[in-house]
Amino acid sequence: MRILVLEDDPVLSDGLVSGLSLHGMIADCVATCGDAVSIFDATQYSAAILDLMLPDGSGLDVLSHIRARDDATPVMVLTAIDAVADRIAGLDRGADDYMGKPFDLGELAARLRVMIRRAAGRASATFVWRDLTIELSSRLVARAGVALNLSRREFALLEALIERPGRVLSRSQLEARLYGWNEEIGSNALEVHVHNLRAKIGRDAVETVRGLGYRIREDRA
Amino acid sequence: MNSLRMRLFATLVTATGLVWLAAIAWTYVDSRAQFESILDRRLMEAARMVDSLFTPARAGAARQAGGEGDALARVVSYDRHLSCQIWSLDGRLIGASDGSPDPVLSDQHEGFSNRVVEGQAWRVYALSDPAKGFRILVGDNLGQRRQLEHGLVESLLFTAGCVLPILAPLIWLSVGRGLRPLNRAARDLAARDADNLERVETGRMPSEIRPLVDALNRLFGKVAAAREHERTFLAYAAHELRTPLAGLKTQVQVAMQAPGAAMRDAALAQTLRAVDQSARLVEQLLTVSRLDSGGRPTAIAWIPVEERLRDLIAGMGGVPTPERVALAPALTGLEIHMDEDLFDLAMRNLMENALLMTPPEGAITWDAALGAGGGATLSITDEGPGIAEAERALVIRRFVRGSRRAKLGSGLGLSIVTMALEQSGARLHLDGRGGGPGLKASAIFGPGLARRAPPATARL
Repeated sequence: MRILVLEDDPVLSDGLVSGLSLHGMIADCVATCGDAVSIFDATQYSAAILDLMLPDGSGLDVLSHIRARDDATPVMVLTAIDAVADRIAGLDRGADDYMGKPFDLGELAARLRVMIRRAAGRASATFVWRDLTIELSSRLVARAGVALNLSRREFALLEALIERPGRVLSRSQLEARLYGWNEEIGSNALEVHVHNLRAKIGRDAVETVRGLGYRIREDRA
Repeated sequence: MNSLRMRLFATLVTATGLVWLAAIAWTYVDSRAQFESILDRRLMEAARMVDSLFTPARAGAARQAGGEGDALARVVSYDRHLSCQIWSLDGRLIGASDGSPDPVLSDQHEGFSNRVVEGQAWRVYALSDPAKGFRILVGDNLGQRRQLEHGLVESLLFTAGCVLPILAPLIWLSVGRGLRPLNRAARDLAARDADNLERVETGRMPSEIRPLVDALNRLFGKVAAAREHERTFLAYAAHELRTPLAGLKTQVQVAMQAPGAAMRDAALAQTLRAVDQSARLVEQLLTVSRLDSGGRPTAIAWIPVEERLRDLIAGMGGVPTPERVALAPALTGLEIHMDEDLFDLAMRNLMENALLMTPPEGAITWDAALGAGGGATLSITDEGPGIAEAERALVIRRFVRGSRRAKLGSGLGLSIVTMALEQSGARLHLDGRGGGPGLKASAIFGPGLARRAPPATARL
């Protein structure tokens, strides 16, 4: 899950990046509304966290901008102004959730997962595919009742593919889901992760679609 | 009487009553004069009529046959109010009307006269006819005249007496009706919510109460602006106070959950940074409240600006490379009359701002200009991003930061400078650098607050 964070306080945005990574999310940080808008126009995010008071405006302006493009990316508004009237204004302008500062990192991650799950139209936080059980909140994967030990990237890869079985994700789409901006991506890193994942969840689970990318088979035998 | 309605009612009823009384008095005086002249003319006409009807022959007949006198009397007594006497010029009574008193009504030969005969007042007209040889006296009983006049006044008073009780409720109702817009406005105001600061609509309001409502609207406007200001202040304050706390909490949680030592150490380093930031903010808040609470200044002295700024630069901590601050030659020998602590506070904050905003290679310069009458401008120019002209008035408010703000700023620095300068009779002025991005912050000291110290040689 790749999250865009719009926050101008350096300590907090650094904390969000490392804190969300602990919950299996990759966060990209921007400090101004202008940057947020241009990043949003270029990249598809699973969710966004927007601060309200920024040097060049309010996060709500960014929110209006992305909603005006009919972009349904789940948005969490994170701000120091948490009077009821402000919350209502935020939600009415298209925010999916609202948290006041200071917040609990675990709760923030949980709420992000809920938003992302709902946006994908799922009520359950657990995926079941063939003999695989994937719990997004605890990031536990079990095969036929036996717990598997997946690395952070392997889990992110599985999570991206399992969201919509049958849909092909290109190499660059997957890389975007697995890595933040500042991370260096080795030339065959993705192949290595796919290889390791196959070894754990079954060789035929991840299918290579030549020239297009990877997918998980749709059949749920 | 505090009720407008009662006041208006009392005034209107009193005024109406007085107008009626005046009208009655005037009518009385005027009609009395008219009465007198009409009745006097009637006397004259009656006398002439008797004169024309009464001939010497009849007079002789009357003298011969006393019975004729009755006929004559009937002729002249055409009006019961009038009394008529006919005297011969030698003083004999030839005839008299019914009810006419016996004594002679007047001694006059011609014209009007007033007389009391047998206890009654008479108005008499006398007409002598030497050709016929007699004198005619026609008189009016003045008592009856007065009665007529009194009757007129009584009817006027009666009308007034009847009309005033009818007018009073009508006046009461009309006053109430006239005051209805006022009541409506009062009702509208009373029905407003306490936090409704919308303008009161004045379109349909009578012009008399519009000034009042306009004044109210202006007050509403001021209160709304004050509230908005307070709201903005609270929002900024909440942001500035809660954000470092949120960062702190997040970093602590990261440190607690970090799987490796590297991540934990990085988080702890960030925690330290957040604590420093919060400590600086708390320090500034305390400074603001100290300045707010007054009780200063205490140690006013002539401060040698150049030396003092050098000390401040040497003592700067927590900001990058204070060594790059340059002092212009104009500062040499300049002295400012100001509280020493406030001077340090203002100048240190200005310098901190400049250092935080300017990239490491950018220059920062203190300069000064002596003004007229012992005033001076002490300015610091940086090569940072500057502050947009539209924002310059805003950034001196508490917690408000410019859009091109420094990572470490709290939004309190310029507020502190402003307060410190204002308590010393000086003021802060923000300007562009001129010739590139940057900010020129000037402390402007009024007349008498600055002087050029004697040259160094003289001091030696």
